[in-house]
Order: sequence, then C-alpha cells, then structure tokens
Amino acid sequence: MAVLLLADHDGSVVSQPTRSAVAAAGQLGEVHVLVLGEGAAAAAQSAAALPGVAKVLLAEDALYAHRLAEPVAALLVGLAPGYDALIAPASAAGKNVMPRVAALLDVQPISDVSGVVDADTFIRPIYAGNALATVKSSDAKKVMTIRAASFDPVAATGGAAAIEAVAAAADPGKSSFVGAEVQKSERPELTAARVVVSGGRAMGSSENFHLIEGIADKLGAAVGASRAAVDAGYAPNDHQVGQTGKIVAPELYIAVGISGAIQHLAGMKDSKFIVAINKDEEAPIFQVADYGLVADLFKALPELESELAKG
Amino acid sequence: MKLLVPVKRVVDYNVKVRVKADNTGVETANVKMSMNPFDEIAVEEAVRLKEKGVATEIIAVSAGPTAAQEQIRTALAMGADRGILVEHDGVLEPIAVAKILKALVEKEGPELVVMGKQAIDDDMNATGQMLAALLGWAQGTFASKVEIADGSATVTREVDGGLETVKLSLPAVVTADLRLNEPRYASLPNIMKARKKPIETIKPADLGVDPTPRLTVLRVEEPPKRQAGVKVGSVQELVEKLRNEAKVI
Repeated sequence: MAVLLLADHDGSVVSQPTRSAVAAAGQLGEVHVLVLGEGAAAAAQSAAALPGVAKVLLAEDALYAHRLAEPVAALLVGLAPGYDALIAPASAAGKNVMPRVAALLDVQPISDVSGVVDADTFIRPIYAGNALATVKSSDAKKVMTIRAASFDPVAATGGAAAIEAVAAAADPGKSSFVGAEVQKSERPELTAARVVVSGGRAMGSSENFHLIEGIADKLGAAVGASRAAVDAGYAPNDHQVGQTGKIVAPELYIAVGISGAIQHLAGMKDSKFIVAINKDEEAPIFQVADYGLVADLFKALPELESELAKG
Repeated sequence: MKLLVPVKRVVDYNVKVRVKADNTGVETANVKMSMNPFDEIAVEEAVRLKEKGVATEIIAVSAGPTAAQEQIRTALAMGADRGILVEHDGVLEPIAVAKILKALVEKEGPELVVMGKQAIDDDMNATGQMLAALLGWAQGTFASKVEIADGSATVTREVDGGLETVKLSLPAVVTADLRLNEPRYASLPNIMKARKKPIETIKPADLGVDPTPRLTVLRVEEPPKRQAGVKVGSVQELVEKLRNEAKVI
C-alpha cells in the first residue's frame, strides 16, 4: 500500500504536525511526501530526512506559492492513481484542500483521524471530542486528515529519501491570493510547543495578555487563548485552542482564567500535564487539571513569573 | 444574485452529549436540537448581503429528517426567503450532502453558497469544500470577512498563523468561521412571517443522489476520562510540584 502525504512547511522545514502525519501514514504503508510551493527545495530536503519516508515529490511552481485549494487539489488528484491513501495533517491548509480532493475522487474523507486500526478502519473524535467513533471506510481510496496531537511525530532526521520533481498540474484559475496577515513570533508554534500557556476571558484585555507572554517566555512556551478571549479581541484568532481552533497536546498546558467550556477542553485535554489557575474554584477546568490553583490571576501570574525566574 | 444557504439540524451546542450504552452512537432522543452554530453565522452573512442589496433571494436548504423543517424555519425567520427540505432519515455523510447541494445549485442557479465550515456533531469540516469541488467552483473556507464586488468574492480566511485573503471568481462556495459575524435573534414578527414562507420537500432520489454512507460506524465510545488532580495552595507549591513531581519544567 502506498500513501501520499501532503506536507505543511514554511519554505525551509516541514512542520511538526507533518511529522506526526508521517507517523500515522507509516502505519498504512510506504510513505511518499508531497512538498509544494515556490522555492520549496529546502523543505523537500527536510522531508527527505524524515525516517519512514520512502520518496519525496517536489512540485515547485508559483502556482503553489500560497497553496490555494483549487490548484493544490488538482495536483493531488493527478497523482492519486498511484496511491491507496492521500493524507495531510489536519491543519488549516490540510482541512482546506483534502475534502476537495476527496470529492473529486468520489471518496468520503475521514477528517481528524486520531487512531489507525487497519487499512480501512480509523478512529476519529466527534462532538468536540466528547465521543470517539471507530469508522470503516468502503471507499477503495482513502482521503484523510491526521490529528497531529494523537501521533508522536517521527524524528526530524535519520532518513535519506530520494527527491523527485513533479510537474505542476493545469491551473483551474478560480482564485487568487491577495495577502496575508501572519503573526511573526519568536515563540514556538502552538501545535508543536512542549509547553502552552493559555489565557481566557478573565484576562480582561489584550494588554493583560502580556502577563501570559511573560510566563511563556520563561518556559519557552507557545501562547494560546480560549474562544472567549479571542472573540473579545484579547488574542488573535490563530491563538484559539479548542474544537474549532487548534488541537494541542503539549507536555504542559497552563490554563489561566479559563473556565473550561467543553469546546476548549476538546482542544487541550490530551495534554500530558494540565495546570489551571482560576479564581472560581467551581470552574470545570479544575476537573481535568493535574494541579489547580485557586487564585486571582493578576496576583498569581507576576508571582509565577518571579518564581520561575529563580530557576 | 441568488444565494443558497445550507443549514444542518444538530444536537444543541449546550447539550452535553452522552454515548449510548450499546456504543452504537450518541444519544439523540429527547435531546434539544438546533441549527448548527456555524450555519447560523452563514445565514446571518447571507441576510446581511441581501440587506446590502448584493443578494436578491436567499434559499435555505436542509438535508435531514422531517424535523429539520424547524431549522429551515429558523433561517426563514432570520431573513431567508424560502426553504427546501431534502428529506432523509438516517445518516447523510458530507459526500451525500455535497451531491444533494450540487443538484440543487444546478436547479436553482445561485451564484454563491454560504455555509458553516463544520457541523458540531460529526466535526467533519468537509461539505463546503466538497460542494465547491463537485461544481468546479472556487472555495473560500473558514471565512472571517466576505466582500462581493464585480463578479468576485474577496474572502479573509482564518488560517494557521493568522489571516489570509483570497479573491474568488463567482460562482463560489464560502464557509463561515466563528468571527464572520454575530447572528441575530429572530424577532417575533419575523418568526410569524416565516411561517408563511414556502418550504418545498423533496427526496435525495428526486435529485438523483444515492445517500448510502461510505463509512460504517463500528463503535462509538467515550474518550478516556481525565482524573481531577490536586489543588495547590500557592504559586511556590505549584512551581515546586512542576519541577520536582511532574518534572515538566
């Protein structure tokens, strides 16, 4: 069985969720990784170095510079005859393109796979992770996205796959890229971070989020937020952790001023250690927290920062 | 231009779902059902486009059981003009719904389909992309802003790392993310008016669609429960435990 995996990358390296997807794909068969973009040769090198990758396909073309769904889907559909499964990490990019690919192949996609049972059978969360469904696909070809938090990523080095260039597919010409507002940050990426510090509505303002950032910097952590904090404008949308935001499973998740709505828990309850800081001792977040601190965050956070500084 | 807005009947987002004792699914009997919240946002966006004079008619569509009429009525009360119910008992997967919607698009001729990015029951996040693919249309998923002008839709999308703006040639499919708008509550007079708006009922077979699922659900179970841990008395104790007990910092 051969699997084609669509990689996410930043132009130089493939993302950690992509490495998790390689781990999932490896349970199905021989893994080929498709790297596409404009000037993506370095990213292809990083994909070739992943253990368990048999081959890297590199499609370098301006058409793929912004990974618009229409041309990317057309390329994948063109490559599909050689594969039994087409997969991608369940990132914004993967979720955008894979269902489109599935429809073009007359396949029901399987989104957000959290477990591989066999070549036809997969586990995926439903109802915001409040239930896990085991589903068996009758489609000859599988199209899936992989929940990165459920699979340990393969190492970044150790493999030596060949890189093969593939030609661009015809441009469907339906859409064009206008621009992007991407948050530049020195902090680790939310879905790849070892530690995540998240703030909720109780932070009260975007200025107060600096208290979270201070802790995050001490711990080398990514900053997250609840939906309530994002809706209130305290944190940007891509910080949102939850059912409809990012799904994270870091070693340590610190939830500050987050009550713990099920939609939020859906995005972080697979974290290894959970710390909750909340002044409401009845907050549902304490039911999933390994360590709970009932305290006013405006007192606790500065204390925590200085305590961490003592190292 | 005509707009088509698909709406799904789902377990209300406030309901804590329970897995059935026989592990065949989740309990949906005697549970409050509502319109999928992302679809409400889509209806609101469609109504705003009509209020701006961009859209001329809004058709609300639901594929599902007879009771899904209620969700169509909600859309009509929010400002949609008429409804179509594609009646089917049993599971409808995104691929079946996308085929149903494709047939309706071909029949009704809308230039824009606005729908929720995902349903909060199966969390598939697929139908919009699949509909766009089947129609050969452009797609603007996870939209937080939509502007229609000169035969194109400019869509700002919520993506990993921030926001991205794409320009789509119409006709197109747009899927709504959380921050596209805040849906209105239907007023009582509008709820009364909605009762008089027409809802046409058809079957998937009338549209030539075979709704047989491709996925067999073998088992549905509760995820492993986390045990609540301990309360610590101070920040010092917390840091001490993280360093020496959990060893995570």
